[in-house]
Amino acid sequence: MQSEIILAGFGGQGVLLIGKLIALAGMDDNREVTWMPAYGPEMRGGTCNCTVVVGDKKIGSPISKRPHHLIALNLPSLDKFEDEVRPGGIIVTNTSLINRRPKRDDIKLVEVPANAIAIEAGSPRAANMVALGAFAAASGLVTLEGLIDVLDKNLAKNPKLAEINRVAVSRGYELGRAGA
Amino acid sequence: MEKKLMKGCEAIGEAAICAGARLFFGYPITPQNEIPEYLSSRMPQVGGTFVQAESEVAASNMLYGASGAGKRVITSSSSPGISLMGEALSYMAGAELPAVIVSIMRAGPGLGGILPSQSDYFQATKGGGHGDYRVMVLAPETVQEAVDHTIKAFDYADKYRNPVIILADGILGQMMEPVTFPEPVRPEDLPEKPWATTGAKGRERNIVNSLYLNPDVLEERNWQLVKKYEAMREDVEFDTYHLDDEVDVMIVAYGTVARIARTAVDTMREQGMRVGLFRPVTVYPFPSDALAEAADKAGAVLTSELSTGQMLEDVKAAIAGKRPVEFFGRVGGNLMAPEEIVEQVTALMERQGRSVA
Repeated sequence: MQSEIILAGFGGQGVLLIGKLIALAGMDDNREVTWMPAYGPEMRGGTCNCTVVVGDKKIGSPISKRPHHLIALNLPSLDKFEDEVRPGGIIVTNTSLINRRPKRDDIKLVEVPANAIAIEAGSPRAANMVALGAFAAASGLVTLEGLIDVLDKNLAKNPKLAEINRVAVSRGYELGRAGA
Repeated sequence: MEKKLMKGCEAIGEAAICAGARLFFGYPITPQNEIPEYLSSRMPQVGGTFVQAESEVAASNMLYGASGAGKRVITSSSSPGISLMGEALSYMAGAELPAVIVSIMRAGPGLGGILPSQSDYFQATKGGGHGDYRVMVLAPETVQEAVDHTIKAFDYADKYRNPVIILADGILGQMMEPVTFPEPVRPEDLPEKPWATTGAKGRERNIVNSLYLNPDVLEERNWQLVKKYEAMREDVEFDTYHLDDEVDVMIVAYGTVARIARTAVDTMREQGMRVGLFRPVTVYPFPSDALAEAADKAGAVLTSELSTGQMLEDVKAAIAGKRPVEFFGRVGGNLMAPEEIVEQVTALMERQGRSVA
């Protein structure tokens, strides 16, 4: 089974990083993974996205026009990718910045006030981690332990930030599990 | 062996270190900037040298000089930058110098765009510079293969005393995949190059040159080079997918498009369609014999590229009219979706009067 996920938000929200963390956790779980950023000419403050594919056999296309899942950290990302998600897929929306619900009723919706929870966790910059945790819980694609493990390995240089991220991803995970 | 998640460009940089290269000369251009970026910090850590030249012309001539001195050397660039390196490439081929050139293709012609393309197949396989020369060209489809090809490219370059091009597109350059690296080669353990200009004390002078004003001498030299290019055939590589039995349509694709085509083949196989994929891995020398043999078991052939039809010419030459060869390309930096390849194959089968399961 192959899962294709689009992660999208404003430049600076850390969508490339959480995509990389899913890929790393998948790799540690001995699965096939690809991580592909959209690298077109972008404006500062413009949208940013990447595609992560996790599977059990050699991955073909590293990009997807029909992703299984979407993590949208801002409204333009939901507007742009909502229609592409396959029926039955998960859409995680950041309700701190997105003031509408998806129009689709054939998807599994996971709403998280990611910025608000991140501020409680210690830094508004950890909103991406909240969304990541919620997605992990709703999809079961990677485990919370797996994510915390790659977070520790990759952000070991800054223990304070690592702790904030651990809290944020765990809070997101709880919300994702409750909403799933 | 420890797996690392790396971008194609960075992995190519590390592979060059692994192969014992300690000299990089280059000039920035998207979408290959992560190669020089990576090596600018990595080369000094291993006692190597990174030079950002004033232009691609300068970088490629630095490559020419350092290769003449017997060192393993590498540069990287993208489409318009590779054009500027064409002159030095021809001189290196003429002077029989080994070098590795990484070409991360973007969309053209002219300044074009920075998104992925396969628009420089002709440039890599049919010349790029002037004169009657050839270079070996490897076309990886995964980050692991990019690593393996980069290491092999140095060995081939030394074996044939010829430049070798790694031909990939922006997708492979920007994508991250898990990779492992082999045990690194120490530069001091590499075989001696008795032809290199390392100082002539106590021996005959070595001369690195491509100027031959006597037509008879130059003609002889040209035919000698042809023998070498023909010898490269022993290192031809290709890959097949679902081609063991007869197929209605055989897709031919390399690099990123081969990956997209593999997804399309999986979809079509699930629907019971008899479809397979032939992937040239070396695009010069081109796996013509293997492709012709595979075509014997196929009803028709669909070549798919991110160009308006370049490898198509090699495919047609190999198949020599024995089977219909059709083409599907996307250009300008756009990619085809697997679904588009499925549509193209389905339409081709209908035109051929074959039932689509």
